[in-house]
Amino acid sequence: MNSSPFIDIQHVSYTYPSQARGKGEVQPIAGTAALRDVSLQIRQGEYLVVLGHNGSGKSTLARHCNALLIPDSGHVLVNGLDTSDKSKQRSIRDTVGMIFQNPDNQIIATVVEDDIAWALTVRGLPASLIAERVAYALEAVGITDLRELPPHRLSGGQRQRLAIAGVLALRPQCIIADECTSQLDPLSRREIVALLHQLNQEHGLTIIHVTHLLEEAALAQRVVVMELGQIVMEGPPATIFADLERLRQLKLAIPEPIELAARLRDVGLSISREALTVEAIAQEIVR
Amino acid sequence: MTDPIIITKNLSHIYRSGQADPLQKAALVDINLEIARGSCVAIIGITGSGKSTLVQHFNGLLRPTTGTVIVDGIDVNAQDIDLAALRQRVAMLFQFPEAQLFAPTVFADVAFGPRRMKLDQREVRSRVISALETVGLSHRDYARRSPFDLSGGQMRRVALAGVLAMSPKILVLDEPTVGLDGDGRAEFYYYLRGVQQEQGVTIVLVTHDMAEVASLADWLFVLHDGRLVMQGTPRSIFATSNQLLKWRLVAPPLSELLALLRQQGLAIPAEVLTLEEAFAILQDKSGVVRGGSP
Repeated sequence: MNSSPFIDIQHVSYTYPSQARGKGEVQPIAGTAALRDVSLQIRQGEYLVVLGHNGSGKSTLARHCNALLIPDSGHVLVNGLDTSDKSKQRSIRDTVGMIFQNPDNQIIATVVEDDIAWALTVRGLPASLIAERVAYALEAVGITDLRELPPHRLSGGQRQRLAIAGVLALRPQCIIADECTSQLDPLSRREIVALLHQLNQEHGLTIIHVTHLLEEAALAQRVVVMELGQIVMEGPPATIFADLERLRQLKLAIPEPIELAARLRDVGLSISREALTVEAIAQEIVR
Repeated sequence: MTDPIIITKNLSHIYRSGQADPLQKAALVDINLEIARGSCVAIIGITGSGKSTLVQHFNGLLRPTTGTVIVDGIDVNAQDIDLAALRQRVAMLFQFPEAQLFAPTVFADVAFGPRRMKLDQREVRSRVISALETVGLSHRDYARRSPFDLSGGQMRRVALAGVLAMSPKILVLDEPTVGLDGDGRAEFYYYLRGVQQEQGVTIVLVTHDMAEVASLADWLFVLHDGRLVMQGTPRSIFATSNQLLKWRLVAPPLSELLALLRQQGLAIPAEVLTLEEAFAILQDKSGVVRGGSP
């Protein structure tokens, strides 16, 4: 296939200016390069996981994909549009939506459906179209029955679904999920990851899933691992998980089932390297 | 239990109990528990299960609607309770404790508590130095730095040092590692273990993530809908992964894997908890497992 990539990151370098400080988040260290000559092509419809420990540059990379950050050098093209072109930034951000760690930072209204409608209303869309988009977004994330509740009555997992719905209502082609599960309980975490996969498979959305949790990468189509502002590993999950020693060096915690499977393989059991979820590993052990 | 440091008897808590209020909510229902002195326990449950409400009774932030809470001999419901004395014994670290840092230097931040206790300067200084050492931040390297120039994990350890400097007997931590990455979590728990083992502080962890407390806690209490629904060692609780799912809790991934294998007919004892134990058993059984399948 020779079609041009959906998101084309070309030799991007970026250093945070000394005053730029996000409150309550990991503070980028001014003066050291957060990204160093990173190139990456992301295909339409891909499920890409960007792995790395805190401070590795993964969030900085993600923020370049929807023009929240503009490269110091190099270019990022989204559907062929250069993110450094100010006149294209609104269109790029409608194409590539973003979900953050704390859903409360992107929930505005006092009723669930009004919150989803908000971004459409400020864009001046007709009421009938807004109603249709809100219904679609509620349905896609599975919170239709909660539409009349105030957001504070929702659980953490439900609020993260609401944040995703708010982005979906803009009909993006891509969603960047930046550590969007890190403040959730383990079951809600799984449900949100399952939702991202469902949006990818059933709605054809490109997903860029940024995380420090290896288990969230198990079902990705492709994984890139970042360290010191560079991509240091890239490939399908089975390839990435084949080198646990390297992942440990990159300060990523190895899930115990994965570790167990590797050790059993080392003593001669035939356990496929493709088995990366608890269910798949159990099947391989029993087989 | 020989020497419980915290005892609750028939503890119930109803928010807005004072009036006939439509928003009345029973947050805790008839909780009976004992926490052993010097142990590390975890209180587990999803959002809204009552775990934060429960621990807020331990330092008198909340009083029981009915029932009693005795903390290190102090009756939390007593009219003439000395709250200041209670809160020196029971330190509480809330979620995102780095948000409570405020002083211009690490030293001043950690010294705030001991200074409020009206200790003399030398005592304050020695407590700050010792608290910083306990959390792995050497006084020499960190005391004069701004707490806001540290990494997320380091900021949280400064907050921990701030409560340790008051020499509490009980340390209550509400979701202490949310938002930290794997390394930050491991470090935080490493130093916390030192606090328990070397200083004999009783630790009460509040969490929804059981995998995190698997290696740290001696005893788990599971809350659901304001009720204490299960208690026991991590080994015994994690072996009931199907039951846990009903309360929207998940056992650590390894326990889940072993539960799946048991469902498939493998004879794995319920008490297996660690990677080493699982490896030893599955390695031994490998011939049987593969030979036995049709």
